[in-house]
Amino acid sequence: MQEVKATMAGTILQIEVKEGDAVTKGQVVVILESMKMEIPLEAEVDGTVNKIHGAEGDFVDEDEVLVTIQS
Amino acid sequence: MTNESTKTAYNEKLQEITARVIKGGAEKYHKKLEQQAKLFVRERLRLLFDEGNYVEDGKFANCETKDLPADGVVTATGKIDGQTVCVMANDSTVKAGSWGARTVEKIIRIQETAEKLRVPLLYLVDSAGARITDQLDMFPNRRGAGRIFHNQVRLSGVIPQLCLLFGPSAAGGAYIPAFCDIVIMVEGNASMYLGSPRMAEKVIGEKVTLEEMGGARMHCTVSGCGDVLVDTEEQAIVEARKYLSYFPGNFEGPAKFAEPRAVKEGRSLEEIIPENQNAPFNMYEAIDQLVDDNSLFEIKKLFAPEVITTLARIDGRPVGVIANQPKVKGGVLFVDSADKVTKFITLCDAFSIPLLFLADVPGFMIGTKVERQGIIRHGAKLIMAMSSATVPKISVVVRKAYGAGLYAMAGPAFEPDVCIALPTAQIAVMGPEAAVNAVYSNKIEAIADPKERIAFIKDKQQEYKEEIDIYKMASDLIIDEVVAPHNLRSVLAERFGYYETKKIMNSSRKHPVYPV
Repeated sequence: MQEVKATMAGTILQIEVKEGDAVTKGQVVVILESMKMEIPLEAEVDGTVNKIHGAEGDFVDEDEVLVTIQS
Repeated sequence: MTNESTKTAYNEKLQEITARVIKGGAEKYHKKLEQQAKLFVRERLRLLFDEGNYVEDGKFANCETKDLPADGVVTATGKIDGQTVCVMANDSTVKAGSWGARTVEKIIRIQETAEKLRVPLLYLVDSAGARITDQLDMFPNRRGAGRIFHNQVRLSGVIPQLCLLFGPSAAGGAYIPAFCDIVIMVEGNASMYLGSPRMAEKVIGEKVTLEEMGGARMHCTVSGCGDVLVDTEEQAIVEARKYLSYFPGNFEGPAKFAEPRAVKEGRSLEEIIPENQNAPFNMYEAIDQLVDDNSLFEIKKLFAPEVITTLARIDGRPVGVIANQPKVKGGVLFVDSADKVTKFITLCDAFSIPLLFLADVPGFMIGTKVERQGIIRHGAKLIMAMSSATVPKISVVVRKAYGAGLYAMAGPAFEPDVCIALPTAQIAVMGPEAAVNAVYSNKIEAIADPKERIAFIKDKQQEYKEEIDIYKMASDLIIDEVVAPHNLRSVLAERFGYYETKKIMNSSRKHPVYPV
């Protein structure tokens, strides 16, 4: 199980996957917006999207879990 | 007894003692090394030096005590790629590499040798720390363990000091890596900590593993005490030899040039850098188009990856590259990024390695979390290091440099030898979106019609972009040169050549007052 976490405080700009989607290591799963920059967050393992926490437009803190991936 | 047989007896005694000493500790400790995938200290030295040749001082330290061969440390002088270097190397088969009085004296002496010869000094650390039983002889004295650290500080910036961490460096011993220019750690075996997990449990009730407390990966990713993480000891030795190929033997030595090489094959800078200021791209790909192929030696790759600090070569010349990484945390600067860049700038400046700043930075992070960490004084520390560096400095605004980000990346006010902008670069207190929000927030809120509001914002953003147009900046002599991305490498190579003779002195003060 890998938890994709917000690397810094910001807003969820785009969620690129749905629950149940197969993802590969290095694939962008969420784009965060912070300091006016788009910040891609990647899957660190091959697997299936288990759960998406939060929705586009949500404010998130650093280290908040955004997506869990079952490897 | 005849003369001949006396000689033979002497030789035999020498041979017998030497053989005992160079074998190190008891067989069971050698077995343990094997289980831990560690090499015996003398094998490490054989791999480190050219042709495995070296001379050793103090080999017979404590030779009258049978179980303390060389008193647990080998101090040697030999060559790496033709450059003389000195080495101290713990022998963990002897009392777990712990320090007794002779151990400390030997370490101090090899430091003194390196100082006199003005050659690099390598610390091959694998030690349990002080021998508590010997503390009066090795801890508090003038030539006790404290002197090792005092010497390290005195030698800092005079000769390169490297630490190869093969095992533990516990308690006071943990300051050896801390005072080195660079620490190479072997994953799984290297560790650094002031108090062991066992001590932490007893004293503060914390239960953690050794890896959590002070493992190699933790130090290379979280604490920043480690610079290069490797899988094996052989790899650590290869990395140390490679690192030294960028450095002069001492701070006054000539730069080490290599055979120039073309850049790595890949997409052009025009293709790599997106037009949208806010979109991410991979700065490594851009660096590859500016430096000689296969010339990177990255420092703290895993720590604060929102900024890249790497040694590299341009047309064979060693340079230190500091580049924001927009792909990670938007390239925003944090407390850790400031630590990383500060150490790297002081390292390069100390050994006259010119600096290349590649700016694509939205600024320093904001918010309560970083304010409480003291981001302002950390930023000040970085800016002080950059500002004090007297080596040639080239500042390139790759895409954007906002706010204090411009200052941190050697902006025009900090006397870079040249401030270059790519045609797409933006320099401003803040980006257009933030600026329009800041200036017109009341007006924007007062517009009821959403369409009209968006049109107003777009209009003001456009106005702002024109205000910070790069040719306007060039016209006002804020930046010195606008360069097409495909010409950037050759411009850098040519300019670093011209700046070779740069010599500036700061005032005769002792030193600035460091902000941290």
